[in-house]
Amino acid sequence: MKRATLAALGLATSIAMPAAAEDIKVGLLLPFSGVYAALGNEIEAGFNLALEQFGGETDATFEIVREDTEVKPPVALGKAKKMILQDDVDVIAGIVSSGVLGAVRDMVHGAGVPLIVANAGNDEATGADCSPFITRMSFSNSQVNRPMGMWMHEQGIGKVYTLAPDYAAGRQMIDAFTASFTAAGGEVVGQEFTPFQKTQDFGPYLAQAKASGADAVYVFYAGGEAISFVKQYDSFGLKAELPLYGSGFLTSPLYVNAEGPAAEGVITALHYVPTIDSPANAAFADAFEAANGRVPSEFAVQGYDAARALIEATKTGASDRASLANALRSVKFEGPRGPLSIDPSTNNVIQPIYVYETVAGEDSLTQKVLAQLSAEADPVNGCEMAPVSN
Amino acid sequence: MAHDLGFWTLQALNALQLSMLLFLLSIGLTVIFGLMHFVNLAHGSLYALGAYFAASLTAVGGYWMGFFLAPVVVAGIGILLYSGLIKRMRKSGPMAQVLVTFGLIFAMLDLTRIFWGDLALAIEVPALLDGRLAFLGVEYPTYRLFIIVMGLAIFGALAFVLGRTQIGAMIRAGVDNDAMAACLGINVERLFFMVFCFGCALAGLAGAVAAPLLSVTPDMGLQILIPTLIVIVIGGLGSLKGAVAGSLIYGFVQTFGAVLAPQLASVLIYALLAAVLVIKPVGLFPAKG
Repeated sequence: MKRATLAALGLATSIAMPAAAEDIKVGLLLPFSGVYAALGNEIEAGFNLALEQFGGETDATFEIVREDTEVKPPVALGKAKKMILQDDVDVIAGIVSSGVLGAVRDMVHGAGVPLIVANAGNDEATGADCSPFITRMSFSNSQVNRPMGMWMHEQGIGKVYTLAPDYAAGRQMIDAFTASFTAAGGEVVGQEFTPFQKTQDFGPYLAQAKASGADAVYVFYAGGEAISFVKQYDSFGLKAELPLYGSGFLTSPLYVNAEGPAAEGVITALHYVPTIDSPANAAFADAFEAANGRVPSEFAVQGYDAARALIEATKTGASDRASLANALRSVKFEGPRGPLSIDPSTNNVIQPIYVYETVAGEDSLTQKVLAQLSAEADPVNGCEMAPVSN
Repeated sequence: MAHDLGFWTLQALNALQLSMLLFLLSIGLTVIFGLMHFVNLAHGSLYALGAYFAASLTAVGGYWMGFFLAPVVVAGIGILLYSGLIKRMRKSGPMAQVLVTFGLIFAMLDLTRIFWGDLALAIEVPALLDGRLAFLGVEYPTYRLFIIVMGLAIFGALAFVLGRTQIGAMIRAGVDNDAMAACLGINVERLFFMVFCFGCALAGLAGAVAAPLLSVTPDMGLQILIPTLIVIVIGGLGSLKGAVAGSLIYGFVQTFGAVLAPQLASVLIYALLAAVLVIKPVGLFPAKG
């Protein structure tokens, strides 16, 4: 079905412009099973939507090869090898987990295949481990959390207790927040990292947060852990005396309805919120909702913009691995998230960050944007970018 | 950080609540294990199924419908499992049983994924149990108190049935020496079938009870399996006392470990498990003396 639409799309463009049609083979490397299967599906839905909406703008046609990483680094590496050596893809897009990104990084870098990262936020991927072939259209862990440290201090919050799962992303998110919050003059009165994917009962940690004397709690949790955390936070009655802030994944539209009324009043920051008031976002959100029956999440927009970046790159005439890698690095467009560009020194996306509050809407929870924080490039973090030669 | 008495009361209640949830799961598993020497690793999957059925039934007819019907549905699945698979596996060795039930975990995981999707579900706490109660000088969520009370009630009922009734005597005889029990005219196979279904129902109940507290995800069965196995290994196979003791030890070590030694929180319980295995390999309260 999807193939058929793409083929039809290709046909349409090749009839219009018969001479210049380039066929670009895209490897979509996403988890379709395992703990992040929901994210993989969401990113793919966004990716396909962008191909549908913007595919006509370029002469190139796209052929998609889709592989399941199973969220297992060795499996993902095998699939990436297959895409590069056997399918001979021109570009790879996807990657949800930073562990998987770490595993395929050397493979794509060595083979010189451009990779558009559609989620994995590990700071190092566009820091010490950066590659001219890896362009990130999603976010970096510190990018999402850093502005929140300053913003919360401006709101008059002096003391904060932080919680996050004990793994690389959890630590990077909290470290970035802590650094900017303390730099602004705030104080972190307590900090705990809970065993990742082993903690189901947050009761012990919540009692500690309550006893810490903090003005607010700042957390990062995602997926099932986020749902458990937000509900348990509310069930202990902490929300009233100790407001809950966090990285925006905590109340992602993907699962905020499972959190229910417990999520009301939680204030978080993220690079995308479905209620951003702009024509580009309205066009995206309406089309996504019509096609999938749900509000788009940040993961959907990452897939959408990954495909959009690829289309923009092909518009410059790029069609092979090296030229695509170069073109992707200078992609610039106005998307649902606002103006996007790629930082030439790290290949990470530069984008505004939105502070939003989860509020009760007409029939389900919705997001009220409180502030738009200006786009900032991440520090270089030891990235030395070698140019790609054609 | 100095903490007052209320803090420790709160943590003790947290520990008790976790213990009771684990107790509901481990009691079914340990009696099945003790009675028929059958290793059912898919027990955790039944817990996940209980949570999913509770979520679906709650959407149809409110929380209490899910609460009462989910265990029944899971017991029904237990009957299917028993007649379709487990009966045939009874005579094969433990290795084959472990492999089959381990495979079953992944089959059930994907089945829940196909039926209910990848997105996590959740249930709202019923209005009756919403909010908090002032209790021993602290405010504690009513729903968590409900779990503690229910766990204690089920423990009391099981202690009565196993210790004071004829059927309980038959089960204890079967656990102690199944060949001799069969010679005395007890239909051990039928007894096992009943216990198996009841164990499944308790797993389903645990899932239904846990669903409003945690999120309902396909891999929740896998996540709970290891703690449950630790509980029955520490407590000793096949005994009610062992399941209670194991659950309490796990709950308190896990909770107070997280408070007092957060860096060691995930290691502590395994260290304890290793210590129990070295000092008393049969567990603290094994059914067979």
